[in-house]
Amino acid sequence: MTASTLSKPANSTAPLRRKNLSGRTRKSGREGYKVNWWLTALMLVASLTVLLPLYFTVAMALKSPEQIGTGTGLAWPNPVNWENFAAAYVATNFPVAFMSTAFVTVFSVLGSLACSSLVAYAIARNWNRRFFRGSFVYLLSAMFIPFPVIILPLIKQTALLGLDNPGGVVFLHVLGGISFNTLLYIAFVRSIPVELEESARLDGATTWQVFRKIIFPLLAPMNATVGIFAFLGSWNDFLLPQMMIADPALQTLPVVQMLFQGEFNTNYSLAFASYLMAMAPTLVVYILAQRWVLSGVMRGAVK
Amino acid sequence: MTTTSEMAQASQPAASTVPSKATKRAVRSKNKIDPTYYWMVVPVLALFAFFITLPALVGVFFSLTNYAGYGDWKFIGLSNYVNIFRDPAILQSYIFTFVFALTTTVVVNVVALAIALGLNAKIKWRTGIRTVFFIPMVLSALVVSFVFNYLFSNTLPVLAERFGVTPLATSILANENLAWLAIVLVTVWQAAPGATIIYLAGLQSVPAEVYEAADLDGAGSFRQFLSLTLPLILGYLIINVILGFKGFLGTYEIIVGLTGGGPGMATQSVAMRIFSGFTGGDYSYQMANAVIYFLITLLISVIQLRLIQRRGVSL
Repeated sequence: MTASTLSKPANSTAPLRRKNLSGRTRKSGREGYKVNWWLTALMLVASLTVLLPLYFTVAMALKSPEQIGTGTGLAWPNPVNWENFAAAYVATNFPVAFMSTAFVTVFSVLGSLACSSLVAYAIARNWNRRFFRGSFVYLLSAMFIPFPVIILPLIKQTALLGLDNPGGVVFLHVLGGISFNTLLYIAFVRSIPVELEESARLDGATTWQVFRKIIFPLLAPMNATVGIFAFLGSWNDFLLPQMMIADPALQTLPVVQMLFQGEFNTNYSLAFASYLMAMAPTLVVYILAQRWVLSGVMRGAVK
Repeated sequence: MTTTSEMAQASQPAASTVPSKATKRAVRSKNKIDPTYYWMVVPVLALFAFFITLPALVGVFFSLTNYAGYGDWKFIGLSNYVNIFRDPAILQSYIFTFVFALTTTVVVNVVALAIALGLNAKIKWRTGIRTVFFIPMVLSALVVSFVFNYLFSNTLPVLAERFGVTPLATSILANENLAWLAIVLVTVWQAAPGATIIYLAGLQSVPAEVYEAADLDGAGSFRQFLSLTLPLILGYLIINVILGFKGFLGTYEIIVGLTGGGPGMATQSVAMRIFSGFTGGDYSYQMANAVIYFLITLLISVIQLRLIQRRGVSL
């Protein structure tokens, strides 16, 4: 729970693992470690459980309806049909759905970073005051309220306020994540020595300036963690956009996929092309920034 | 940014000798607080109260009425609550939800721990394999369920027929007794990476010397796992179980993508029932259901916290 354990894995994951490896291996005569080939093979086979559904999605997206026929759908299509993507692009109005999702995601991430770090900073630096300790407990208590409990009145309330649009979803993504994010930040803020900001104050910096110029940059590792969680959470969210956004034209990518459950039920190649286009953005970002994403999530996990 | 912090550091030693530090101390001890701190917290707290706490209270209020979601309403006391306990459909959704959440929690943790152990061992191409295993974490649960929906209802029956496995020749999603297993499977596929990360963090916190000592004592790898690894990562296991169970109780998207609550009402979770109150005209009734659901989850949380405290696990 202390800040030191929290920040440790960020910088010491690599050496720690290397130590683990050399420690746990029976020495194979030479330096380094002996590869466990049986286990490697087993892990490769196990990874097929992830790869096979993905391969299947790609293969289906590239087939014509005739090629799907009554087969398993596992065969690679010959010839490959690229036109499914163009058709799905039109059927789902992809650019609008994409922009709507991007809007929700970008502002949810920015809002989560700004609100949670500000709240965490104020609470951590005024822990001796009852008001701030109380605020912390209040925010945390919300973690015990399951979402289904508030959803019905919440939808009514947001509709009344005219927040039945992507903007309203942003509000709720930020507020819904604030308990957990503040918890992550507070531990981190405590690890930043107060002396650092006290001397800045002597030079005439206001609390805002101290936060903006000293604290927020120092929070960078935690910003990454909170940012990744917020990004994945809002890009992939289905429940809130589905329930809140009244105008179907402004729906986000996951919700738009519902389209293929009804009227277009038979055109599976179109559906899978659309699924693939909905999956692609996060998948590409993840594979490109794999190391960075995993270390960020790991930092959240240790908490 | 850098200039400020450099300046800050540079002025630090000087400050300690100059009387200004004493004055600052004085200011501090006078218990005066910069109002900026309040500005940082209060707006967020107000929004939080308005968008999270207020709906909860409104929900409790309407659970005591006969409000249908529109039109007039009047107080009817606790009759919504009484009716819920007599409603077999609600009871069934609770049974389904708890059986599902328990099963999924167990399977997710077994799978995640196995993957974490594998990734932490001496395997080749570790980074590549790790990348693959964490892919499900970044995908939308709903889209993933749509893909699996086709696999379960079309691919699997065709394969089963080809290999003569008759019980699987019809879609398991259409089978009242098996559909929930499909939901467990997809949930495990989706949720295992998150739990694996927590286990990996746990495994990496175990110092290598512990295993060296066990090696010297001649303990086999299974024995090492049972007597060393498991107790040392117990805290991580508890966290995973708590987070997982709570999350799985609220499962919604994967059920929507796979069965839509069917066949019949066999796979309808409590969350789905509650959401149905929005369109089904039984708003106040489902709010009473939501309040009961809240009390049950709260009770579980309290029990879990007690267990953690008794075990003295600190994380």
